This record gives sequence, C-alpha cells and structure tokens, in this order.
Amino acid sequence: MRLFSKFGRKSQTLTMKTLDVTQIKKDFPIFEHNPHLVYLDSTATSLKPRQVIEALDAYYKHFSANIYRGVYEISEKATKEYEETRKVIADFIHAKPEEIIFTRNTTESLNLVAYALGRVIVDAGDEIVTTVAEHHSNFVPWQQLALENGAIFKVIDITDEGNLDIYVDKIKYQKSNIKDINQNSKINLESIITKRTKILVLTHISNVLGIVNPIKDIVKAAKAINPHIIVVVDGAQAVPHLPVNVSDLGSDFYAFSSHKMLGPTGVGVLWGKYELLSSMPPFNFGGEMIREVQIEKTVFKDPPQKFEAGTPHIAGVIALKEAVRYLKSIGLETVHDHEQYLLRYAVEALKEEFKKEIQIVVPEHNQKSGILAFNFKDYHPHDIAQILDENNVCIRAGHHCAMPLHKRLDLQATARASFYLYNTKEDVDKLIKGLQKVKNVLR
Amino acid sequence: MSESIYQEVILEHYRNPKNFGKLTNATKSTTVLNPLCGDAITMTVIFKGDVLKDIKFIGQGCAISQALTSQLTEHVKNKTKKQLRKLDRAFMIKLVGIELGPNRLKCALLPLEALKKLIV
Repeated sequence: MRLFSKFGRKSQTLTMKTLDVTQIKKDFPIFEHNPHLVYLDSTATSLKPRQVIEALDAYYKHFSANIYRGVYEISEKATKEYEETRKVIADFIHAKPEEIIFTRNTTESLNLVAYALGRVIVDAGDEIVTTVAEHHSNFVPWQQLALENGAIFKVIDITDEGNLDIYVDKIKYQKSNIKDINQNSKINLESIITKRTKILVLTHISNVLGIVNPIKDIVKAAKAINPHIIVVVDGAQAVPHLPVNVSDLGSDFYAFSSHKMLGPTGVGVLWGKYELLSSMPPFNFGGEMIREVQIEKTVFKDPPQKFEAGTPHIAGVIALKEAVRYLKSIGLETVHDHEQYLLRYAVEALKEEFKKEIQIVVPEHNQKSGILAFNFKDYHPHDIAQILDENNVCIRAGHHCAMPLHKRLDLQATARASFYLYNTKEDVDKLIKGLQKVKNVLR
Repeated sequence: MSESIYQEVILEHYRNPKNFGKLTNATKSTTVLNPLCGDAITMTVIFKGDVLKDIKFIGQGCAISQALTSQLTEHVKNKTKKQLRKLDRAFMIKLVGIELGPNRLKCALLPLEALKKLIV
C-alpha cells in the first residue's frame, strides 16, 4: 500500500524501544472478535487483557463471596485477593496500603475529597484554585463547593502554547510563552496562590492537550507560599502511561481509574496522606466502615475502610492487580516510549498528508502524552468520527468533558485519537486513510 | 461494516443546502442549539394565516443536522400548522433513510425542534 511505504520510510529515522505489539495484541481478546479494530480511544477507556478478564471470571466462578466478615474459606479467599490489590496498587505508586481507598472511578475519588475534606475546611472568602485544562470531574466538584461555601474559585489559564500560565523565564524573569517545559522554566504562583488558598486541584496530564504538568515543582511552589494548602491531583491519564511516585510528587491526594489502565470499569483509586485520611470524616456511611454502632453514636473504622462503605466492586478490585502486573511485566517506560514513537509518527504523517487542512492541538511539546486532539478542515468532529467508524477506526469527538478548555481554545469540539501499548504504526496509517475518506465523502 | 449514514441525498443537502439564508420579512424566527456538539440552527418563517408560506435557515454543525434541516425546509412549505404538528421523530428518521445511533439521532432531531418552536 502506498501509504505504508511512504510513511514507513520516514519512521526509520525515529528511534523506538521495541514493543512486540503483535504479541501484545494476542493478550487482548477483543482483537480475536474484532480483527480489524483500530482502537484509538484509550484516553476514554483502555482495552482489557485476558489476564484481567480471567481474574474477573475466576472470582465469580470460584469464590464469589462477600469480603471481610465471612468465616468460611471462599470469603477469606475473596478478602485476601481484594486486600492483595491494595498492596499491589500501593507498591505501584509508591504509597502505603492503608493510604489506598477503592472507589468507583476517578470522579468519585475527587468528589470524596471535595465532600469529606473540602466542605470541612473551605470557608466563605477562602480560595480554591484549579486550571482551565481540567476534565469536568476535577472542575465541577470544586466549582460547586466554592458556590456552596462562598469561596473564591480561581482558574489558572493556559498560554497559547497550551502550558499552564504559571511559568516565568528564569533568565529574563518575566512571564513568557515558552514552548517547552525545561530547566529554564521557573514556576511562579505568587499571583495565584495565597494564604487563603485552601485547595489546589490540577490534572497530571490533560485529556485533550496531552501535556504532562510538572506536579512536583508546582506542589513545591504552592506549598512554599502556603504550607497548609491541600493539593489534589487527577492522575487518570498519568498512571496508565508513566511511572508515578506519589511520595515524590508531594501532593496530598492523587486519584485515578482502573478502567483506563487495562483494569475493569467500576473501580477507582484515591490515594491520600494517612494523617489527612485519618482526620477526615467519612464520605459514605454504611456497612464495612464501622467498628461499633450504638443508638446514640457510631465509631468508624480507620482508613482505608472508613471510606469504603458498602460492598465494593470485589471482582473489579481483584482483577485490577492483574492489570498492574501486566503493565509491570512490559514496563511503563517501554509503554511510554512506544506511545511517544506513535505520537511523533502520527504528527509527522498527518502534517505531511494534510498540511494546513489539519489543525493539531499542541502538535509539538517536549512533555506530551500520546493524546492527539485535532480539527480537520471545517468538518464537524462527529462527522469525522462517524466516517472513521465505517473503517473500524475508533476515535472520540466532542468536548471530551473539558468544555472550559475548548472555550479557551475557541473550539466547539475536537476529534481525538490516543495511543496505548496495543496500537501500531499501521493504526495511524489507517487513521490517515480514514481521514482521506472523510475528505472524499464530505468534500 | 454498517451502511453509511452519509448517503448521497444527505451529502447533496449538506453541500448545497436548500432554503439557506434568512428571511428579512419573517413573521417568526428561532434558534436552537446543541451545546454538547455545537450544532446551531436559526430558522425564519413566514406564515400566512395558518399556512407556512416560506422558510429559510442558517446553521453550523455536523453534516447530519445541516442536511436534515435543508430536507425539512423543502418538505414544509405550504403546509398548515395542523399538518406540521404531525411531523415527528419517525418522520425525521425516515428522512435520514437509515438507522442512526442514539448520539446522532439528536443531530437529526434538532431541525424538528426548531420547527416545533415556530408553530406553537
């Protein structure tokens, strides 16, 4: 095929750490059932490897009992498997197991903090700071909290390059529209964070821009101004794609979802510093989270159980550890390098093929994840996605739950392709072929 | 692979919309939006008594919403309000010609929403 050879030649100049995608694809049963599937929507949710699906299946077939209080063998087995995931997750992000809380998803993890801590510590006149690049799940809970408690809701802007507008040039020491984030980019939060800022919330990686925020430096700069500030990080797009060390980042909370990192849907994780978790009131009340109930009062369990009321998604939590084991067996660095390779290849190939007809959001950046949001001529992203679907190419179209960001970019909607470990160069070529079809159909 | 919703009829209306523009002497006008995807339609009409004598629209958005608006405007001229009230979801689906997924159905129904606002 013309396209393959055309871009194939070019890719030789790019270095790639080898990832045997042919072998990896065999681990994802969806490709057996949909051999022509080109899945470019892992930012929304990832596909699931056999190991994860089998773990779900094994729980339901062999030991589908409730956890904790059963005194029979299969309940003990379920409890052991469930708690084992807590250890695996803790190890994966360099935390302590008792600091890992299982929720339904990132959204619930963030809401947990907004309700259990935010509503306690934020008073009228206090400030909550977020950024314009957030997913709605890390924007709306804080906006609503500010509205309810009469707090000031501050939103950090982005520059035209897509970076958070918090950098000053070290040499010139003035605000600058630096393109890449490097050693010369110094963070200045003096005009944003004050002693009245109770909470700073931001995403590790934007689900539209793909830019990786330097969380450690931002936390350091924020805490230098206000040591009591609580920093909450949305890591939904980070944990599946790069090594995350929460004890090194310095934030107080870190939230992510199982389903974006090869795990089952319906399971989220909230990591929080133990002292904070210990001092916070519960989010939900119910079974599994109490030590003793009397008519007049209730004594709650310690974290993490304090925040896990009711029967959780036992099978999902159990299977999540298989997703982590799978990622570890390949190595997140290798996954990351592979995505970077595909990203660079895609940007080059799209530009070469469509020149000015394609407008990529943040086409070049030295800290960018495998997320490619774009607009194509004046075609509506829904039409683009629909026609690509006729070729079995799955991308997302719309505002990607980031309406404030799209407004800031002055875009109604974008089309978005994203890459993960099971994607290939051929997938990118099929995307391009699909876009040529879009052009032919819509003209 | 399922059948394309981008049939020639739809594409023809998308590329060359009928009744595109704004009536200067309109008796009524309305704008409908789908904020989720940015589709927008402004429809202007002239009613003589109970009869829709003329209709024009301007809009932006996806091919489905724009083409269906064009098709609908072709159909409604010289119809009475009573006849127009009978136009429903099923009618719009018939105009599309093939089955639409739930997300795209909203696009197809947007022009109908505009028309309904003009005949109340």
